[in-house]
Amino acid sequence: MTEAEPKVTLDLARAHGLTAEEYDRIIRILGREPTFTELGLFSALWSEHCAYKHSKVFLRRLPTRAPHVLQGPGENAGIVDLGGGLALVLKMESHNHPSFIEPFQGAATGVGGILRDIFTMGARPIATLDSLRFGDPADPKTRYLIGGVVSGISWYNNCFGVPNVGGEVVFAPEYQGNPLVNVMCVGLVRQDRIFRARAEGVGNPVFYVGAKTGRDGIHGATMASAVFEEGAEERRPTVQVGDPFTEKLLLEACLEAMATGGVVGIQDMGAAGLACCSAEMPARAGTGMEVDLTRVPRRETGMTPYEIMLSESQERMLLVVARGREEEVRKIFAKWELEAVEIGRVTDDGALRVTMEGRLVAEVPVRALTEDAPVYDKPTARPGWLDALEAFDPLCLPEPSDYERSLLEILAAPSVASKQWVYRQYDHQVGINTLVLPGSDAAVLRIKGTAKAIALTTDGNGRYVFLDPYQGGALAVAEAARNLACSGARPLAVTDCLNFGSPERPEILWQFAEAIRGIADACRLLEIPVVSGNVSFYNETQGQAILPTPVIGMAGLLEDAGWRTTQWFKNEGDRIALIGPEAVSLGGSEYLGVIHGRLAGRLATLDLRLERDVQSACRGAIEAGLVSSAHDVAEGGVAVALAEACVSGPGEIGAEVALPSAGRADLTLFGEGASRIVVSIPAKAQRHFEGLMQEWGAPWRFIGTVGGDRFTLKVGGSVVVSLSLDQIAHAWRTGFERYVS
Amino acid sequence: MRFGVVIFPGTWSDCDFHYVIGEVLRQPVKYVWHRDTDLSELDCVILPGGFSYGDYLRAGAIAGRSPVVEALPEFVARGGFVLGSCNGFQILCEAKLLPGALLRNECLQYRCQSTFLLVENAETPFTRGLRPGQVLKMPISHGEGKYYADPESLRALTARNQIVFRYCTEAGEVTKAANPNGSLENVAGIVNEGGTVLGLMPHPERAAEAALGSTDGLLLLHSLIGVLVEDGSFLKR
Repeated sequence: MTEAEPKVTLDLARAHGLTAEEYDRIIRILGREPTFTELGLFSALWSEHCAYKHSKVFLRRLPTRAPHVLQGPGENAGIVDLGGGLALVLKMESHNHPSFIEPFQGAATGVGGILRDIFTMGARPIATLDSLRFGDPADPKTRYLIGGVVSGISWYNNCFGVPNVGGEVVFAPEYQGNPLVNVMCVGLVRQDRIFRARAEGVGNPVFYVGAKTGRDGIHGATMASAVFEEGAEERRPTVQVGDPFTEKLLLEACLEAMATGGVVGIQDMGAAGLACCSAEMPARAGTGMEVDLTRVPRRETGMTPYEIMLSESQERMLLVVARGREEEVRKIFAKWELEAVEIGRVTDDGALRVTMEGRLVAEVPVRALTEDAPVYDKPTARPGWLDALEAFDPLCLPEPSDYERSLLEILAAPSVASKQWVYRQYDHQVGINTLVLPGSDAAVLRIKGTAKAIALTTDGNGRYVFLDPYQGGALAVAEAARNLACSGARPLAVTDCLNFGSPERPEILWQFAEAIRGIADACRLLEIPVVSGNVSFYNETQGQAILPTPVIGMAGLLEDAGWRTTQWFKNEGDRIALIGPEAVSLGGSEYLGVIHGRLAGRLATLDLRLERDVQSACRGAIEAGLVSSAHDVAEGGVAVALAEACVSGPGEIGAEVALPSAGRADLTLFGEGASRIVVSIPAKAQRHFEGLMQEWGAPWRFIGTVGGDRFTLKVGGSVVVSLSLDQIAHAWRTGFERYVS
Repeated sequence: MRFGVVIFPGTWSDCDFHYVIGEVLRQPVKYVWHRDTDLSELDCVILPGGFSYGDYLRAGAIAGRSPVVEALPEFVARGGFVLGSCNGFQILCEAKLLPGALLRNECLQYRCQSTFLLVENAETPFTRGLRPGQVLKMPISHGEGKYYADPESLRALTARNQIVFRYCTEAGEVTKAANPNGSLENVAGIVNEGGTVLGLMPHPERAAEAALGSTDGLLLLHSLIGVLVEDGSFLKR
């Protein structure tokens, strides 16, 4: 159709990431060879990133329904009912590949993309969280990546004006060639103001709004669907460039336009840009769409239809406007000094028809690009390497001679140590809702005009999933829910970001399938629906896959914001109790990694019913007003959880704790296992607390008392750790910072 | 006691100020668009925090030349009050309504944290409910908050007691460690010669409810409302 465009051949299709079978399928669908622009459309929309072709069969196993779910997976974000006519919108997404190639812009545009996913639903973003994974902290390249990623997130978040309230930063050598940048966002919306990405109403005009289109980010979706080889940095031109100021204007203009009632449907031009929007919006509504690219605002000359369709320039939206309301919408965007151009209309024939300068450059059934994209059920295989790892017994390693030194080393491990260096660069208070700031198990934000609050957390442990993908997946859900329980909240919903290697390798796909099975089982038993998410495959560089890392983002509700609870000890004389089972393991533990440099062994068994009871007991005690502090026992075991409770708050306070011996002291102190929470309660609440624990049937025991200026741990009657608060605080505060400043 | 909260493209503390003035203090408050120049219905104009125009040129540089800011000198001359926080302080300096400039933080990073402020001047309309030497707790959130003024301006500021707040420790000591951004002599907030225009980097609207960690920010607004109540309307309407 266009003379200047290259002739489409199988080789060209292959260079676009399509297989020979997929290319044949395109020819069958069209009844002819595709044009170059059409090849671009198929290549982008049939990429793993857009079509979920390797993951779909597994994702169907996740529980996605519950009475309070207003929108499950399939839209730009999930939505749950908060009561009182309000709803919470949530979504998490990865920006791993772009962040490795260009950390600052890669991470910044990751934030930009997730914010648009939230406000395209009609919601005002009220918080973001970020879950980050990097390689060796001592490597200068890692330092460069952290600096770039954190300042990119900081720049975009702060300029846009949304608080960043939590997240994680974890290090492991497996992320060296492929760091992970996952960003979660939640927004608040009135239930009668929810918008969806649907092109309803034949004849309605289609508006392009926001920033102009350039050549940046072309084929971003395709890049996210391939492994890295050497020289990945050469792909820098495929990384988009962000403009948080324009995004802020786009937010205000979109919300204002939506409030007029003149907007029918809206979608963010994110991955695969205009191509994705102009196919998905009509596909969801059972309509078609005509688009004239001549009218698309551009900031570069000579752009081809292919480039305009596939550009991933940031801060753009596609709107379907009710016929007759065009002027109203135009005026609002003009007020915010943004482009708003009518570029097409909704049709009734199920086709996407793209023209440029009067020429037809693509004509494709929208279903062919969306629902009819290929879906694969590829073989999975349990990796052979697991046998040897499972057979490893951590207790064959020598016991540490100095437990104080071991504890300080673990507290100073960059994955465990304080992340203040990161979060003090993020505005975490704008919006004046943040009741619990970063640095506790979960962030808590009030809902203005109500007594309620929401709690937010992200969690994932690649080491656990690597050793046991099923349990690892379930543990990520359990720990996220436990973080919420510790802050006094009842879990509402999950948004997940599933980071894995290449699904074309059976052992990677097995990790994926097993992790999903674990997540699904945990979500089902804990009754938490998965309402949105993202799959990031091909996280490999030169054949080296990352640790399989499903990250769980979770939102919970506190009916009474006054229930909010933080992780640090507060009052001299409070009793310390450990709720949960005694069973722990050093397999896959932080201790094994930090002290012995190993990743091996078996995980302690997760009993989901027990997990549920422990969380209910903790929440019950919090709601009864008995709890001064509650902290999830996670990486580093009970010794680290207790030490953190002493020094992570605004004022440091000591503790004296005696633990029953679980065998060797390293197992007792640093062993990791699910379903464990350290709480402190005023001595006068002791009776009441005992009664409550009995009622919930959760195992528990008193293990010590808060107070003094030392941290003392006894195991089986003998003192194994007696450190000053200064020593503990110093290790924990400087452990991360020493690598980055 | 009518407050106007200005919205520039890129402002984000507008809603927070509006909430605190309207819902916490129960005072009349409305938004003012950056193109508006009619301030006759207002007693106090708030320039809130944010990244006006993306702060792509210099923080506050473009907003400092916007229609609403160009209307401020006349508003001030008529007896109106102006409170600029964070980006608002940067804008007031860019517009020469306050002396000096705000440079990139000495650490070269953005800083969001709690700070303590020593009250140096308790005779301005914004601080007259406080006492000199009082310590306030208020958060900051900025990348360019390092106050600078040439030696002559600084001498003049000091001589006229225009330095209202300095960063300090919880105990009220003005130390280098308590200075979060490298500000000259720990300066956190200053007033104009008449005392009716206050600029400060910390966010009083984020320290207005106990649930959020401090109510010290309210003291500034209480002081101001007190002035307004006694005068009926200081604009003599």
